[in-house]
Amino acid sequence: MTYIIEGSTGPWEIVVGLEVHCQVVSKSKLFSGASTTFGNDPNTNVSLVDAAMPGMLPVINEECVRQAVKTGLGLKAKINLESVFARKNYFYADLPQGYQISQFDKPIVGEGTIILDMPDGSTKSVGIERLHLEQDAGKSMHDQDPKYSHIDLNRSGVALMEIVSKPDIRTPEEAGAYLTKLRAIVRYLGTCDGNMNEGSMRCDANVSVRRPGAEFGTRCEIKNVNSIRYVMQAIEIEAKRQVEVIEAGGEIVQETRLYDPRLGETRSMRSKEMAHDYRYFPDPDLLPLVFDQAFVSEIEKTLPELPDEKKARFMRENGLSAYDAGVLVADQEKAAYYEVVAKGRDGKLAANWVITNLFGALNKLEVPVTESPVTAENLGKLLDLISDDTISGRIAKDVFEIMIETGNNPEKIVEEKGLKQITDTGAIETAIDEVIAANPDKVQEIRDGKDRMLGWFVGQVMKSTGGKANPGMVNQMLRDKILG
Amino acid sequence: MTDLTNLTLAEARDGLAKGDYTSVELTEAHIKSMEAHRNLNAYITETPDKALDMAKASDAKRAKGDAGKMEGLPIAIKDLFCTEGVQTTAASHILEGFKPEYESTVTTNLFNNGAVMLGKANLDEFAMGSSNTSSYYGNVINPWKGKDGKDLVPGGSSGGSAAAVAAGMALAATGTDTGGSIRQPASYCGIVGLKPTYGRCSRWGIVAFASSLDQAGPMTKTVRDAAIMLGAMAGHDAKDSTSAPVAVPDFEAALTGDIRGMKIGIPKEYRVDNMPEEINKLWDNGIAMLRDAGAEVVDVTLPHTKYALGTYYIVAPAEASSNLARYDGLRYGQRVMDEGDSLDDMYMKSRAAGFGKEVQRRIMIGTYVLSAGYYDAYYNKALKVRRRIYQDFATAFGTVDAILAPTAPSAAFAIGENEDDPVKMYLNDVFTVPASLAGLPGLSVPTGLSSEGLPLGLQLIGKPFDEETVLRVGGVLETASNFTAKPAGQEG
Repeated sequence: MTYIIEGSTGPWEIVVGLEVHCQVVSKSKLFSGASTTFGNDPNTNVSLVDAAMPGMLPVINEECVRQAVKTGLGLKAKINLESVFARKNYFYADLPQGYQISQFDKPIVGEGTIILDMPDGSTKSVGIERLHLEQDAGKSMHDQDPKYSHIDLNRSGVALMEIVSKPDIRTPEEAGAYLTKLRAIVRYLGTCDGNMNEGSMRCDANVSVRRPGAEFGTRCEIKNVNSIRYVMQAIEIEAKRQVEVIEAGGEIVQETRLYDPRLGETRSMRSKEMAHDYRYFPDPDLLPLVFDQAFVSEIEKTLPELPDEKKARFMRENGLSAYDAGVLVADQEKAAYYEVVAKGRDGKLAANWVITNLFGALNKLEVPVTESPVTAENLGKLLDLISDDTISGRIAKDVFEIMIETGNNPEKIVEEKGLKQITDTGAIETAIDEVIAANPDKVQEIRDGKDRMLGWFVGQVMKSTGGKANPGMVNQMLRDKILG
Repeated sequence: MTDLTNLTLAEARDGLAKGDYTSVELTEAHIKSMEAHRNLNAYITETPDKALDMAKASDAKRAKGDAGKMEGLPIAIKDLFCTEGVQTTAASHILEGFKPEYESTVTTNLFNNGAVMLGKANLDEFAMGSSNTSSYYGNVINPWKGKDGKDLVPGGSSGGSAAAVAAGMALAATGTDTGGSIRQPASYCGIVGLKPTYGRCSRWGIVAFASSLDQAGPMTKTVRDAAIMLGAMAGHDAKDSTSAPVAVPDFEAALTGDIRGMKIGIPKEYRVDNMPEEINKLWDNGIAMLRDAGAEVVDVTLPHTKYALGTYYIVAPAEASSNLARYDGLRYGQRVMDEGDSLDDMYMKSRAAGFGKEVQRRIMIGTYVLSAGYYDAYYNKALKVRRRIYQDFATAFGTVDAILAPTAPSAAFAIGENEDDPVKMYLNDVFTVPASLAGLPGLSVPTGLSSEGLPLGLQLIGKPFDEETVLRVGGVLETASNFTAKPAGQEG
């Protein structure tokens, strides 16, 4: 898929790299024992270390290391058995130490890959440059007092994984697909909850434009965009801005910009000249982080089946299309739901029902699959009722509507509403005979070779049986009666 | 009864055990001495009430037959150790009034072993200095006087600790050593000072100067006292990631007095130009003493020694510039801010008012050497040299058991001297800095007097976590030199 901006001087291609901060799922912070629970009263999850009291020292939380390694494995990335924590120095009120403990030239995870599932069913591979562990800062609150800012240190010291992509992304859609996939992977792994609206996943986008195939242009970094949709918008808008600047004879200045979704524009936050000099150096309070391959292997054993493997399996075992399999595995709960429905049944039929009917209904209701009124077991039973000819596909749709409304078992619904398909040849024959007797002229038309009139008869018989007659049987018996 | 303030730690321990006196009596004697010597300004905060409470509790504990390694022994705590509920200043204005809600691991260990705290000893601001003249709370005066009677510096940064021990204001004191801050003041004040191996004592709760170098250690009247006290301070601490998971041996048991067959290295690079003749003589005397005691003295080479001071004055300020960023006026300590000031204004005013000149100088040097474009030329190069320096020692220790060198290139100097020239001041650390950079244990033992009648120390440097050898050889030097001189007014 190509995405080209047609400028007044010719076509432009965009180049995007994403830096995503994922808050690590862990009970306590990266270097202190304080809780990471979201939503507690301000400054209640704060240890002496987080408040940077004199003489306090950081101690690495092994669980966070485990989570970072797990994520690295999920990204098919190189795990570095030795990595180094470095201090990133700058002054700000929500950074008590005056430095953030991060990783600089020796991150815990090196190069890896993410496979994007594009809406047209195609895939694209985007390189991961690195993943490193670092501390989050506290939160500045500027709306608590007319004269002073307030600081909440609950988040100060919480572990983040910064995941940096290679500049492999070429369209806003790919950026969206990247974030969707990354979020799916960390959620499958249980290493980050991926909630962008709560800030537990935050994205910075590096955007530049160039003539197709030319050298990279100068990039601008759009900071802290908090939804996938906004990231896609911000990239589109920033790329257009850059093209306009260049085509007007201007030059792109490397800088940090903010995206304002309300105004639909990006604007300068600070230029390179004003950029901080972070004075990174190895944190002397911490030894290099060293673990052995056995540690990695232990973690590897705990990896769940990841989206790509699941997708391949659905395609291979259930004969699903790449698109359908991709939709199902995008979310672990959706995939799990599908697997229950498909177990021992026609996988493709199950996929159709889950994707079209169930997801369609859930979207309308705005509830996640985990809160679906129709359980996977019940949807499975509905499919069984179709395949054993208890009801027709047509009736099944009605039953499904009732299931969505009531959450009831389909067998019960079919029973109560008398929707059971008529497979009794006698009953069908009676209905057929009535229709034939009432329409002798049309019978003659069929006998004269007008085959398609047969469909009309099927419709009449179905109508007279309230849709409950088995359509296959009706068809066959009509044929036998009229043409036999 | 002898003056209880003239006792060594070991003597007082044994006296308490025999019931010759109580901890309360011992503590009261030291409180009196502390009051009598206030002119020396060795303490920033005196805690006599706390001391007596601790002494009473200690006597009660002993009565129940439960006595720790330092049960009932009153000591001074360098005011760089955070002490729960007791003002901890690091001798800086910026921390004035700061009372931690926590107790450092080393003081916790000492108190758990029965030690009694007399007060918080003065030091150079944030332990940055070699003369104890950079303290916001005034300089410390060395109890020793030169022939002209001028006031002398006690050395630094643990100058208050050294003066307190030398003047009988504490049986012993904690110090911290980053580039010589235990050993140099010990030498200047005629006492014993031991910087343990980096990682031997926990740094948790010690106000950080340079994290990769800072190490707590004992400052005592004798080598035996240092062995006793180190045993009560040391130990692995899970709260300090750089604390070593090694067992704490019985250091006192290492003092056998027998060094026959041991190999002692003499590093030729420490024979620096312009070394005062009396220091060379002191060193030669020390060599002779060890040889007489049956040790084999051999020459060793530590070729990168001449780069040590330069390396130290890059690494230490670099770490300090980052470690001291937390003193920003926001959460504790001093805040200076005027109506309408921005956050940056508050930072600048609080830090300009809160930090003294030497601290500001080191923050600026450290910030500079870490900044973009200079990092490789300074900080990164310094790290490389540091590894060479460590390697020099490792090679030397392939053949010798310990290294003998002077502690400092001179005796204590007059207050006000060297103040105009920071580089000259930094040269005081020339012999102590290499062991700090290599993380090795270093012990200063007083072995002679200068022509002015001032104490001079020799330094023993040992292998990592081999304080036992250092103490054993130090004990032999102590016995052989029979250093009994005391500052005027302290003669027993």
